[in-house]
Amino acid sequence: MSDALLLLGMMLVTFGVRYPTLAIIGRLDLPDPFFRALRFVPPAVLTAIIAPAMLMPAGPLDISHTNAYLVAGIASVGVAWWRKNLLLTILVGMAVFLLWRVAVGG
Amino acid sequence: MEQTTPKSEFLAGLRDTIPMIVGAIPFGIIFGIAAITAGLSPAATQGMSLFVFAGSAQFIAAGLIAEGIPPGIIILTTFIVNLRHALYGASLAPYLKHLPQKWLVPFGFLLTDETYAVTIRRYQERGVGPHGHWYYLASVLFMYTNWQICTLIGIVTGRSLQGAANWGLDFAMVATFIGITVPLIVNRPMLVCTLVAGVTAVLANGLPNKLGLMLAALLGIGAGVLAESFRLGGQPEVATVEGDA
Repeated sequence: MSDALLLLGMMLVTFGVRYPTLAIIGRLDLPDPFFRALRFVPPAVLTAIIAPAMLMPAGPLDISHTNAYLVAGIASVGVAWWRKNLLLTILVGMAVFLLWRVAVGG
Repeated sequence: MEQTTPKSEFLAGLRDTIPMIVGAIPFGIIFGIAAITAGLSPAATQGMSLFVFAGSAQFIAAGLIAEGIPPGIIILTTFIVNLRHALYGASLAPYLKHLPQKWLVPFGFLLTDETYAVTIRRYQERGVGPHGHWYYLASVLFMYTNWQICTLIGIVTGRSLQGAANWGLDFAMVATFIGITVPLIVNRPMLVCTLVAGVTAVLANGLPNKLGLMLAALLGIGAGVLAESFRLGGQPEVATVEGDA
């Protein structure tokens, strides 16, 4: 019973965060600077997810050659910058990651 | 631009979500294991994946349940952990404003980091078109189905798959996010935005409940807006806010 209440509460607050901006903001007549600011949401949020995943995969900061996330992340950034091709970036990144783990055992 | 159909958009949404699925598989399995280990019943564990559907929040909730934290605190924590979705919603909203509620309600319920990342890229590059919502639908249904199956695998297999977190499949998500983000850096404000967000995220990673991520995103957005206003020679409406600097 208390499990059901916990799930209901978690469901309501999660939906309560996800749904309102998605449904309402497109219908409001908001000033132009607001929509200019929204263009920065993808790079800001994604970088905020990527940076700790690369630099601190196990918790503490790990800038060393045994950190496969960092090495493969740098390779991915290089490929993405050079070719601007998403699929190629994923494939090269995964390949470098897996090979580096086998080779260095990070 | 080529002709799109609901089917072509749906298939493109499935295709582009595949790397996200690869990255999510170990997390779903590990969540199932962690929740059972924390003392949640199999039904409540699967129920959390079915009704809450929020990976990070579910993980943290499992940890809090194991610690015996009261439900009220767990619900509040879930809210804070999920705050970033408000930014995703705002960012996607201009592309989805024509849709009726029967689309927007499930779209809100099923929104995740992964679907946001692939969908906003698609919409920014090609526009939403008459059938772009089928792309979103495919992505969320794929992610949702996968999350349910992986949770079930975790519940059933228990600890025998404990090592799944170390397979390194989560790097698929990192590589995808890199492949989406790097081509967005086309000018100095975008570069400033990513640098500020990345450095803040690392420095603030110790904050609880993913608040570091939220702080990093907001500071990155603010830095980008500020850099752009300088580049444009100071827009009047921005200058009045930032004026005294």
